[in-house]
Amino acid sequence: MARFSALLACSLLGATPALADRVFVSNEKGNDITVLDGTTFEVIHTFNGGQRPRGITASPDGKVIYVCASDDNLVRVFDAHTYEELPSLPSGPDPELFVLHPSGNPLYIANEDDNIVTVVDVETRQVLAEVPVGVEPEGMGVSPDGKIVINTSETTNMAHFIDTETFEIVQNVLVDQRPRFAQFMADGSALLVSSEIGGTVSVIDPATAQVTHKIEFEVPGVLPEALQPVGVRATQDGSKVFVALGPANRVAVIDPATWEVTDYLLVGQRVWQLAFSPDDKYLFTTNGNSNDVSVIDVATNEVIKSVQVGQQPWGVVVVAE
Amino acid sequence: MRLIWTALCGAAAFAPGLALAQSEIRAAVLRVDVQQVAPVSRLDLPPEDLGIAGGRVGTADNATTGQFMGQSFTTAEVIATPETAVAELQKLIEGGTHFIVTLADAATTLQLADAAGDTALLFNARATEDRLRNEDCRANLLHTAASDAQLTDALAQFLMWKKWDEWFLVEGSRPEDTALADAYRRAAAKFGAEITESRVFEDTGGARSTDSGHVQIQAQIPVFTQRAEDHDVVVAADATGWFAAYLPYHTWEARPVAGSAGLRPQTWHPASEAWGGTQFQSRFEKSAGRPAREEDYQVWEAMRALGEAATRSQSGEFATLAAYIRGPELKLAAYKGQDLSFRDWDGQLRQPILLTSGPITTSVSPQAEYLHQVTQLDTLGHDRAESKCMLTK
Repeated sequence: MARFSALLACSLLGATPALADRVFVSNEKGNDITVLDGTTFEVIHTFNGGQRPRGITASPDGKVIYVCASDDNLVRVFDAHTYEELPSLPSGPDPELFVLHPSGNPLYIANEDDNIVTVVDVETRQVLAEVPVGVEPEGMGVSPDGKIVINTSETTNMAHFIDTETFEIVQNVLVDQRPRFAQFMADGSALLVSSEIGGTVSVIDPATAQVTHKIEFEVPGVLPEALQPVGVRATQDGSKVFVALGPANRVAVIDPATWEVTDYLLVGQRVWQLAFSPDDKYLFTTNGNSNDVSVIDVATNEVIKSVQVGQQPWGVVVVAE
Repeated sequence: MRLIWTALCGAAAFAPGLALAQSEIRAAVLRVDVQQVAPVSRLDLPPEDLGIAGGRVGTADNATTGQFMGQSFTTAEVIATPETAVAELQKLIEGGTHFIVTLADAATTLQLADAAGDTALLFNARATEDRLRNEDCRANLLHTAASDAQLTDALAQFLMWKKWDEWFLVEGSRPEDTALADAYRRAAAKFGAEITESRVFEDTGGARSTDSGHVQIQAQIPVFTQRAEDHDVVVAADATGWFAAYLPYHTWEARPVAGSAGLRPQTWHPASEAWGGTQFQSRFEKSAGRPAREEDYQVWEAMRALGEAATRSQSGEFATLAAYIRGPELKLAAYKGQDLSFRDWDGQLRQPILLTSGPITTSVSPQAEYLHQVTQLDTLGHDRAESKCMLTK
């Protein structure tokens, strides 16, 4: 009987190969989304992602994929299982990156060309608010308690703290040049903001809105100008932070206890965004110039595989089964 | 007055976290127009708002940031002639404007700098002449326009990378063409290229590509370039764009053209989309209704240097801002993949140079192989040791 169950399970697996984690990669130039099997890292599907798909995220239940289709000026929505396109969300012009409230609604979208953050209800598909921010809004982060959304403005060089109830800016923190990404530690103790041209990651105390530390990067044989921090992700247990270093083709590993860089991992070319598997076992990187995704073993800091995806991969999100 | 007050109120509402004194930072763009021969192509005709449009985008960028800092930015726009330029400048300074971006030829730029004295900081956003960064440099004059030496070094590095080290230099007969050709001679010597032959293209005032002019050009240019010494590339020195565009495809030998036509060293190009450049392009095009020119970008750079200084120093004081702009702390992000700053010895903005070929950016200098003890950007143009400017020596 046990044997029969196993056989049944096997045949079910065969029939619905979607029983592993799946990795969704937005390809900015290819205008499509590549889906990888999260265990074998094989490409299992590719579907149309709209014009210039960049930011990509998933609903907390893993059922829906949201994509910033920048040149369509809307957020495209897909069923994470069937890959069918669902009704789009309004986004404001040129959406680049967004963040979903921890509850799954609403969606906070950075409108790069219009200096605003658009707040959209994903159920009613209505715009709830437009928050004026600095020039070239890009990075979007949300505090674990969902009370504060962070937007970084690339030419104003600030992290703007937006109250998620009033949609008003409550704090502005000046950081180094061209802030690209905002990421809270899972326990809410620190906010990390990467600065692409400044070459640093600012560690901000969310309680005081003060920069308490600046992480700098140095790789022998790599020009300092090439060390351009973009994507930032922290493990759920708070033990490691990973920072994508753009044209340096490396991901830095940081110990949050000291904010020291402990390792640099060589990945594909122009690494921008990062996403963990739901169990934090793997980290996936999008490498825009080599058109591939690198897979990092989070426990060992080893780059274990690279997978060719579409043209100019930009964003990545992983959905659990 | 009421307008200003409104702006300040808005600023106060938006500035939580950065409790600051409110200040208004005033700048001006002063363009000095001279009568010039029209460029070879009508695509290169100067738009009416040349440079001014870049200032508008820069001011809007600064104002957006300023609302979070309690700072407002206003920019006056003045178009003058060489005869009225100094008077207009003095009017601006007397009216309390101390940051002035100039779009003028070298001689007028110098006149303006001398008239401004230490009461203003000028940004030269047009004149490329090397003398303004050397023997004729001024303490109150910064340059966001690249120097001829920066531009020619940028092209030279690429040609050397290609191993196209034998150049046929074709220079125009006007004084500004000679100055540019001198910059190419300097670049060739600096990077080890050989100018196997140079010829002067005389301005005889004829044969434009209008009507049947192209027939004459098709006959004239091959003859003009015939029997030159062996060369890998034709390098054209045409400072105002009056003949170089005739060279590609008409040269006697099948050789690529670079310099003032073909592969061109430029601070900006409307196709540049690297390093977030697309965002500048779309912001500019939305505002101006046309693609950005180098002059627009160079005025924008000056405005953003001022804005960055105001944000970082959290000041509206002339002396504080001017010191910050000149100082080592300025890290200007300008869609070039690295931060930019002004050289303390000659006031020149160090910046990567795009090498463009019609629809795209073909390469960007400095080339990775040319290293430098301070910054690779200082492999372009006159480095500290070779500068004839005595600002900090």
